[in-house]
Amino acid sequence: MTVTDRPVAHPEEPAPRGVSRRRLLGAAGVGAAVAGVGVAAGFAVSGSQPAPTPEGVIPFRGQHQAGIITPAQDRLHFAAIDLTTTNRAAVIDLLQRWTRAAERMTAGAEATPGGAVNLNPDAPPTDTGEALGLPASSLTLTFGVGPGFFDKLGLGAQRPAGLAPLPTFQLDQIDPALSGGDLCVQACANDPQVAVHAIRNLVRMGFGTTAVRWSQLGFGRTSSTSTSQATPRNLFGFKDGTRNIKAEDTDLLRDHVWVPPGVGPAWLEGGSYLVARRIRMHIEVWDRTSLTEQESIIGRNKGEGAPAGSPKEFDEPNLANEAIAPDAHIRLAAAQNLGGVRILRRGYNFVDGSDGQGHLNAGLFFLAYMRDPHTHFVPMQRALAGKDRLMEYIEHTGSAVYAIPRGLGPQDYWGQSLLEA
Amino acid sequence: MSRRSAAVIGAAVTAVALAGCTSTAPQQVAPGEPGPISVKAADTACDVSATSAPAGKISFSINNSGTKTTEFYLYGVGDRIMGEVENIGPGLTRQLIVEVPDGGTYTTACKPGMVGDGIRAPFTVTGTAARSVDENAKLAEATAGWKRYVTSQVDALVPKTQEFVDAVKKGDVATAKTLFPVSRSYWERIEPVAESFGDIDPKIDGREDDERDPGVQWTGYHRLEKDLWVTGLQPDSNAIADQLMADIKDLQSRVAPLSFTPVELANGAKELLDEVATGKITGEEDRYSHTDLWDFKANVEGSQGAVSALRPVIDDKDKQLGPTLDARFKAVDDLLATYQTADGYKLYTDLTDADKKKMSEAVDALAEPVSQVAGVVTS
Repeated sequence: MTVTDRPVAHPEEPAPRGVSRRRLLGAAGVGAAVAGVGVAAGFAVSGSQPAPTPEGVIPFRGQHQAGIITPAQDRLHFAAIDLTTTNRAAVIDLLQRWTRAAERMTAGAEATPGGAVNLNPDAPPTDTGEALGLPASSLTLTFGVGPGFFDKLGLGAQRPAGLAPLPTFQLDQIDPALSGGDLCVQACANDPQVAVHAIRNLVRMGFGTTAVRWSQLGFGRTSSTSTSQATPRNLFGFKDGTRNIKAEDTDLLRDHVWVPPGVGPAWLEGGSYLVARRIRMHIEVWDRTSLTEQESIIGRNKGEGAPAGSPKEFDEPNLANEAIAPDAHIRLAAAQNLGGVRILRRGYNFVDGSDGQGHLNAGLFFLAYMRDPHTHFVPMQRALAGKDRLMEYIEHTGSAVYAIPRGLGPQDYWGQSLLEA
Repeated sequence: MSRRSAAVIGAAVTAVALAGCTSTAPQQVAPGEPGPISVKAADTACDVSATSAPAGKISFSINNSGTKTTEFYLYGVGDRIMGEVENIGPGLTRQLIVEVPDGGTYTTACKPGMVGDGIRAPFTVTGTAARSVDENAKLAEATAGWKRYVTSQVDALVPKTQEFVDAVKKGDVATAKTLFPVSRSYWERIEPVAESFGDIDPKIDGREDDERDPGVQWTGYHRLEKDLWVTGLQPDSNAIADQLMADIKDLQSRVAPLSFTPVELANGAKELLDEVATGKITGEEDRYSHTDLWDFKANVEGSQGAVSALRPVIDDKDKQLGPTLDARFKAVDDLLATYQTADGYKLYTDLTDADKKKMSEAVDALAEPVSQVAGVVTS
């Protein structure tokens, strides 16, 4: 009998996931992008983050979840989602269905086979249809869990220390309605319709088990995550993320992004943490600030993006040079001043229309991956919140932290390593 | 009244049992019966060992000899999926059993890589398989049961509205205010049926800001609601009250000869929850009296009435859906019960944003499985 929200036919044996996505998608480009990612001490990082295929398909499965060090796409739909149940079996069922739909959508397929127009016409379509005919558009779907996931499902013993609440930082204006979430899905794609379609269909599948707490659309990636990408600009007009960790920086990823073995629950090994901060920018005030002042606040020139006192964007900032002001953004955020800690940033610009007072409700949706928010994000934000002159032009209005499980093996579903730990 | 007051559920949808039923359970092949049709699915080819089969259960055995994960489909007219099996990894073999009751031309397709039109070939089904008499009997009982429910509600709506109208005409504002949400409950339980008569709904349940033809007056419940709660009774309030009574009686006479299809029941159940989502949780429906939760409760009861009528058919076709519906209806009922007061429900204006979010989540959780009912009963 046909059940319209499920696959019409249920395979009588476990879903076969043995084929790698590269193999699945044909030979084009296979293996080409794996070079340069070596095996780090006791911690394999090989082969997991290949470049997209010509069809724009980024492999869904691999050592690490896609959407972290895979090349940052241009568009974002980020959803923070709460569990509306404490029933673990119901959550596992949803995560299995989500995983199947997510893998399909990242391959450019409908959420369910024939779901948009080919099923029973008396039933609502099981795929909402707005991505029909669109290519995969490098869609990545990245799954994470927040503190409430552990509380509601009785998984307290598996809760990693890194999910402890962030402290309140100076000048924070955090709105609880734009913060937190029992889990998150980060959808990134080069077509906003593809990203929105993915979130919409996952959210719909979750009704009765989950409900959206808040969500954020973003455009214009504000960080590059690969040396092959040019540095983009944020809404202040400055290149952003010049010194970001890149996919090619294997040692930095190992030391600062991926959770190493032995420091927390086993299910999180090879995973990461995501810190999300909605940073409202007071665009109009910034725009009335002189170029000299803007460049002094950031510590880089606006055109080239070069650090003050140096000619080229990728020149190492000379922090001994007084040209970089004591309270310049890049000085305060520099790893040298933070005990060497680095984060992998993957943020997006946002404009949520206007604020009713004639000003853009706009800013930077900061997303950053790191091995521990409390050793990496907290000292950085503390240094910035207290001294950064940029704080006069911005305010943090939303905040969330998620643990990001490692990538999925051939048969895995989202969260399996945690739920079956 | 619905935002989509023009939506008519009366459109005839008579064909039931349209879809193929599929299963992938290993099939027992009786001696003398043909074995499954074998499908060799490669990256660039889809070889189906037979191009026709008699109507009834048709079995396929699909082997993926390619390098990509593949899918196999049997399509009907207009690429309607009769059956499919997804996620066939390289080297694996899967079974698909499709029940095709009607002869005709169908299409087989392998879809290596999960995207695109796939590799297609025509497939002929001969003859016609008998439909289940039992199923038709259950569907007939379902529609008859819903008709009884609708009739009972309309038959109560008439005297309850009469009491309300009488209070208005006596100028007894306090009593009229008490009776307003009570009489509306009978209306709200069967609202999609009333809406199927495009002309009655605007007269009985129109809102002040609805678009009306020139010269057409705003009448019905909400006009009297405004008189009672905001402006005070007007010189024409009695005439409006008489008109409401006449329109309700008109509805009663028009409902009498109606009959329903299973799809209409299922869609009615869903539309009642659409009403909740778009009108009640937003506080738009009863904007003067703020008695929206009475209407909310009645909409949900009507939805449950329609689903209950269909329940034997649902249980035959999908063992999981019924219990899910039970649980989700109960969750909404339990939530609404927390807003009950001695004489009804909390006013909409007394609800917090957190209350509204909880209600919205509960209705979303219920409306998704209810929206599946139409597909299940026609499968």
